[in-house]
Amino acid sequence: MNLRKYLIVYKKFLHTSLASELEYKTNILIDLITAILSLLGSIFLLSIFFQNNGYIGGWKFEQALIIQSIYTILNGITNTWFNPNLTEIVKHIREGTLDYVLLKPIDSQFFISLKKINPSGFLEIMLGFLLSFFCISINQINLNFSFLTLSLITIICSICILYSLWFFISTTTIWFVKTWNAIEVLRSFLYIGRFPLNSFSFSLRIFFSVFIPIAFITTIPSEVFLGISQLWKILLEIIVATVFLITSRKFWLFALRFYSSASS
Amino acid sequence: MRSNLINRKILTLLKVQYSNMLEYRVEIALWAISGIIPFFMLNIWTNNNLNESINISDVMLSRYFLCAFFVRQFSVVWVVFSFEEDSLMGKVSPYLIQPLNPFFRYFAQHLAEQITRFPFALIIAFFFFIFNQESIWIPNLGILILSIVSTFLSFMIQFLMQSIIACLCFWTEKASSIERLLFIPTLFLSGLLAPVVSFPTYVKSWIYLTPFPYLIDFPANLLSGNETNISGGLSMQVLWIFLLFPLFKKIWSEGTKKYTAMGS
Repeated sequence: MNLRKYLIVYKKFLHTSLASELEYKTNILIDLITAILSLLGSIFLLSIFFQNNGYIGGWKFEQALIIQSIYTILNGITNTWFNPNLTEIVKHIREGTLDYVLLKPIDSQFFISLKKINPSGFLEIMLGFLLSFFCISINQINLNFSFLTLSLITIICSICILYSLWFFISTTTIWFVKTWNAIEVLRSFLYIGRFPLNSFSFSLRIFFSVFIPIAFITTIPSEVFLGISQLWKILLEIIVATVFLITSRKFWLFALRFYSSASS
Repeated sequence: MRSNLINRKILTLLKVQYSNMLEYRVEIALWAISGIIPFFMLNIWTNNNLNESINISDVMLSRYFLCAFFVRQFSVVWVVFSFEEDSLMGKVSPYLIQPLNPFFRYFAQHLAEQITRFPFALIIAFFFFIFNQESIWIPNLGILILSIVSTFLSFMIQFLMQSIIACLCFWTEKASSIERLLFIPTLFLSGLLAPVVSFPTYVKSWIYLTPFPYLIDFPANLLSGNETNISGGLSMQVLWIFLLFPLFKKIWSEGTKKYTAMGS
């Protein structure tokens, strides 16, 4: 009953934001070209790394392409949902319109996380899937049921971690008002997710698994893709994702207690 | 008399923008942090011994990436985003009435931001040297001045390119997506992520005809003491400015003719 209400509301969200975004049709085309060029650019960069080396951090070029494809899918999801919505939080808090959100008889986190959608990110997601199909064929991965479930689970976990990271930073807006730049810092760190974690030095590897869990976001799903991941890593990823989701939820409820609307 | 007036205008603009930027020092510090991608790239290069194949020692490569970081810090341009916001909000109309091209205002804004950013960039460089003590070096005064000049020229090229795109706001509402498109070749071909020397020959054959390697690769090579053609690089930078400036003037005068203020 409750779930159905949220589904209906989400349908309305989709409808309104798609309608407003499709006003800028050329923009979507330009965004598509940007996504293609940016993927080509990173493959170019990767090919520079591999031009005289067979392996980087124990990964072959064909295997490293899987990381690129997963990164592209996740980046597309970020651009479709996280980026447009969570930058909106900053606006809500600065202009005091968060009051209206809180007054609605609907969960506030649901509202601000899913209100908007940016359709040009879909194209990037499709691009990522195309690349991953290509990788599956060049790496001769055989598709079976357990492979599909495991990769689906790990990718969903990555999405949860990514969402929590974005939501976490956006929530701090309640205290700091302008966190636009903190998001920019997060973005530049996430860029590292395009490369296998083993290619970094030990200290950076620790940093990127503990403080900003980029290891969990792209490397573990890619290992699952290749069938070289151990079970404990997958379990760890599930645990990390759950912890992140719960903490981000708790943090949002905690932060709301400190929210005083614009003029008070 | 006339030059005195211009001097006063420039000074006032700079003073106003500098005090404005000082208000946002935390944000600027975060901006500076978000530019540390070159250091991660350096880590991939040296950790996998990729630099052996391009005949650059670890020390020279770390100096290169540090300089690339510095050049990027002082050539970041965001004029298109400011102009787009101003033109959507209708703030351009009062600017147009003033006997001063509004782009001078943005130019002063950028310069003031660079001055504010300088200490943060120094702090980051300080930490870099703590971790890489062997790469400390002192460039001689002549090279230092030349590289400051070439960094400024690189900033000018990017400022002109973005101003040309910003002028497209007179025709389309969202010019920033075109800027995001142009940012992709800037990111991958300028030498921010990998020095241009390491590029494969089929790219190197044409890349020096484009403005991109002169944005970061050339000034960074100059400052870090890596091999580069000083007079050739500087003259290409000046050439690009001479090419772009008339184009900007043309598109500006066409655009202002096309401009219709809000509500007309």
